[in-house]
Amino acid sequence: MTATLLAAALLLGLVALGLGALARRAGADVDLAARIDAVLPQTQCGQCNYPGCRPYAEALARGEADIDQCPPGGDAGAHALARLLGRVPKPVNPAHGTPGPRVVALIDETTCIGCTKCIQACPVDAIVGAPKLMHTVIAAECTGCELCLPPCPVDCITLVPRAADAAAVPTRSTA
Amino acid sequence: MKAFAVAPAPHIHAGRSVTRVMGHVLLALLPGVAAQLLFFGPGLLLQLALCLAFAAAFEAAVLRLRGKPLLPHLADLSAAVTAVLLALCLPPLAPWWVALAGMAAALLLGKHAYGGLGHNPFNPAMVGLAAVLLCFPREMAQWLSPLAPLSLSPSELFDAVLRGVPPPTLDTLSSATPLDTLRSLAHEGRTLAEIRRTPLFGNVGGKGWEWIAAAYALGGGYLLWRRVIRWQVPLGVIGASLLVSLPFWLSDPDTHPSPLLHLVCGGLMLAAFFVATDPVTGATTPRGRLLFGAGVGVLTLAIRRWGGFPDGVAFAVLLMNLAAPLLDRVGPPRPYGHRRAGAAP
Amino acid sequence: MLLQPFHGGVRLPPHKPGDAAPAPQSLPLPPELVHPLPPPGASGACAVTVGQRVRRGEMLAAAADARGAAVHAGSSGTVTAIAPRPVGDGEATCVVIATDGRDDSAPLPPLADWRELPRERLLERLAVAGVVGLGGAAFPAAAKLAAPGTILILNGAECEPWLRSDEALLCHGAVEVLAAAQLLAHLCRATRVLLALESRMHGARAALQAALAAPGAGGVELVAVPTRYPVGSERQLIRVLTGQEVPSGGLPRDLDASVHNVASAVAAWRAIVHGEALTERLVTLGGRGVRGAGVYRVRLGTPVAHLVAHAGGYTDAAARLVLGGPMMGQAVAHDAVPVLASTQAVLVLGADELRAAAPERACIRCGDCAAVCPAQLLPQTLLAQLREGELEAAAQQGLSDCIECGACAWVCPAQIPLVQLYRDGKSALQVQEDERARAAQARARHLARAARLARDAAERVARVAARAPATAPAAAQPAATAPATPAAAATTAAAPMDKAAVLAAIARGRARRQAAAPAGREDAP
Repeated sequence: MTATLLAAALLLGLVALGLGALARRAGADVDLAARIDAVLPQTQCGQCNYPGCRPYAEALARGEADIDQCPPGGDAGAHALARLLGRVPKPVNPAHGTPGPRVVALIDETTCIGCTKCIQACPVDAIVGAPKLMHTVIAAECTGCELCLPPCPVDCITLVPRAADAAAVPTRSTA
Repeated sequence: MKAFAVAPAPHIHAGRSVTRVMGHVLLALLPGVAAQLLFFGPGLLLQLALCLAFAAAFEAAVLRLRGKPLLPHLADLSAAVTAVLLALCLPPLAPWWVALAGMAAALLLGKHAYGGLGHNPFNPAMVGLAAVLLCFPREMAQWLSPLAPLSLSPSELFDAVLRGVPPPTLDTLSSATPLDTLRSLAHEGRTLAEIRRTPLFGNVGGKGWEWIAAAYALGGGYLLWRRVIRWQVPLGVIGASLLVSLPFWLSDPDTHPSPLLHLVCGGLMLAAFFVATDPVTGATTPRGRLLFGAGVGVLTLAIRRWGGFPDGVAFAVLLMNLAAPLLDRVGPPRPYGHRRAGAAP
Repeated sequence: MLLQPFHGGVRLPPHKPGDAAPAPQSLPLPPELVHPLPPPGASGACAVTVGQRVRRGEMLAAAADARGAAVHAGSSGTVTAIAPRPVGDGEATCVVIATDGRDDSAPLPPLADWRELPRERLLERLAVAGVVGLGGAAFPAAAKLAAPGTILILNGAECEPWLRSDEALLCHGAVEVLAAAQLLAHLCRATRVLLALESRMHGARAALQAALAAPGAGGVELVAVPTRYPVGSERQLIRVLTGQEVPSGGLPRDLDASVHNVASAVAAWRAIVHGEALTERLVTLGGRGVRGAGVYRVRLGTPVAHLVAHAGGYTDAAARLVLGGPMMGQAVAHDAVPVLASTQAVLVLGADELRAAAPERACIRCGDCAAVCPAQLLPQTLLAQLREGELEAAAQQGLSDCIECGACAWVCPAQIPLVQLYRDGKSALQVQEDERARAAQARARHLARAARLARDAAERVARVAARAPATAPAAAQPAATAPATPAAAATTAAAPMDKAAVLAAIARGRARRQAAAPAGREDAP
């Protein structure tokens, strides 16, 4: 009786180890990368040391990146990634940046010289403008990634808190 | 212009409170306490006094340690209910350290270690009972013959409980519980009919015990009427016990106790209406509660039949407490406007 | 008629003495009327100006979007301000009218021959008249009636304690209610009309039956539904009357049904047959904190203080002022707020009538909340999930199906403010959904940009290859490194300029311009 139980336990243990090794060997799960990308905030800022949210998602799926590298997602985002990937939750690593309130870029129109460097830098094409003509940030599309600040030769771009969205209608059922 | 203080809706309340709910439970336990006093003497009063005193002391100490105000939390009476339930399960002459160990395990391990009322996964009274069953098997087995202890004098009573000195007439007074007797005599090979004829057994179950079981049922009926408990758990416990014991009894009436005997012996009735119905540690959906009660019934009978203890209620309840979160996931109610899973639109 | 039960619900102490509601009393005009503008409340949408004389029923502002309805003057007078004023527990831009006491009206042309008129014309009249639902939600009636429904249900099941506004209308205006029913049936193209009342409304029932006996009236089935809160909630009422459930996230029109409050129906009828814009409603005044409790005919925009003062003032017991019923109504901080279309009642509750200020305890998982929940949810599970911040799990448990009726909080022995928690949870969910929508938008734009840059690079390669085969290999270099990522894009742009040099150049230019221009003239920005 004891022998049978021991044998069964050993066999099951071997099967479990084998399955685990197989799972680890498999390449990045494409579907998993898409699911991770769905959780990321899409700021495309590069603070995670990857050129955009999708590359970070793919690195996470391959197991190369850690879950605490995304400041715009905040601690809640890191927690969501931990849940998705089955890892221990941890707060955002300050080495990548500090999570803060949502901001949008604002171009000081008195100083802007129309050089288009910020337009080329914006990862979501949220800046409208043309050479020698005024540049403006479309606040609704700006993700606050701050990539337009370094290229500006006249330092005319600042970050301002994102205005609250139009007041939501209080949720009440139709009685 | 007149100013007012504001608060969120709803602005009226049913007037129910945890204190009131626990108060109803204590009231419903009175018939059981009275019946037990009648048959097993005033020892129960000493056990009640000890358990309640230790409960108050432990609760106050822990609340102090946690920096919480004493009065509102003590007033919720949950510790009092735990104390009364444990006292009812202790033998009347049990020495004071049994009550102490039981209440310590119940409140410190079973309740406050998890964060206090509402956060504990295990029924505190059953944690206390299980602890004393395991730690003091001899004291816990020393029950009394029904109606015998009325011959005990108060000083002998106090000596037994408060000083641990057993009364000189202990041999004539003490006896095992009916379940204990069933078990030991059955091992000796006696048939059920013979066991039933021993003086310990009355018409239905153990003499005295049958009345106590009836008293618990009466209290349970009161709780059902006042909607403090709902029908799913008692029906689950009683129904499952009857259903499981019936085939065994029908197949071999000489070896297996009848369903009715199972019901009135031991703590099954107490469990059905007062222990398994503890809202914090049981399941919370109606279907979950039915399964929870059924599980308690089945496990109690299993432990009685095959386990090492004469009565399995404490362990059965603790085991089902473990399963409670899972039971809530079995068939949760369908919200209004949602289709049943898999049903056609 | 065979009625179905609905799950849960509670029997509340009604605070409605007698079989019939008292007859509505009139109220003298207040010196000032305050009318909030329809959402989003921009003062630019106003059709009147300060100093303008208006008459009762004159349009002050048209509806700006589908959420709101046109607002009309409650009485004749002069517009003294268009400014923010306290409304409910917040503030809104309001048109303030100083009444002149004459109460001149400006009615629209009556449409007595409504049976012959096209539906669109009648619906347009309702929109112009600003008719909204008077059952508490104030949803524009024209939008609701635009969808036809085979079953028309008139909701007279006023289930909140103290509230008798609808009951008073049924007792004392039964003839109008039945006429309104016929109009609505015509608008909805309904083949079956049900008028639901609570079983305790004996007086209303008698009055309606008497009115139904009159020649010409008819076609309306009176149904007495069990007096159990919240049977007046439209989802639960539909369940009781038809046995069907409105799908989650759906509307009664999905079941081919249309539900309207009885007062809304009468307001619609008045707008069409008499040309009256929505300017008044019946309001129940109740509670131990006020004298003169009863039902009053109140002009919209009347300050609550005026209503209370006319009724007899506050008593010493006054502890809380609630607009609406005690289960779902809103407590307000002072009485200088106006009566709105959604104000079914003004309750001044005494301390002994209020929810006792008992300490909130931990949930003991008694499950009584689930037993009374009409939406068949598990409030105790939602509580645990929201306390842990598990918004998604709560959404899956059906948080958005909560109708916020308050039955769970009413019954909770641990005195947990459940409804407040669910409302906060729903707001947080909404914020989360908005964030997700923004992220999806950003992702789409990012991908579109990457595609654009790749396309530009490919076109560049093609152009160079077509122009000069000799220079092809050299020109192919920049094309190959077409940036598809933001970091790369920044570097393939022209070499970073020396910021200090540029700023110095700008300063030089500015100085030159200032020197050239005559003193005192500003540099054009």
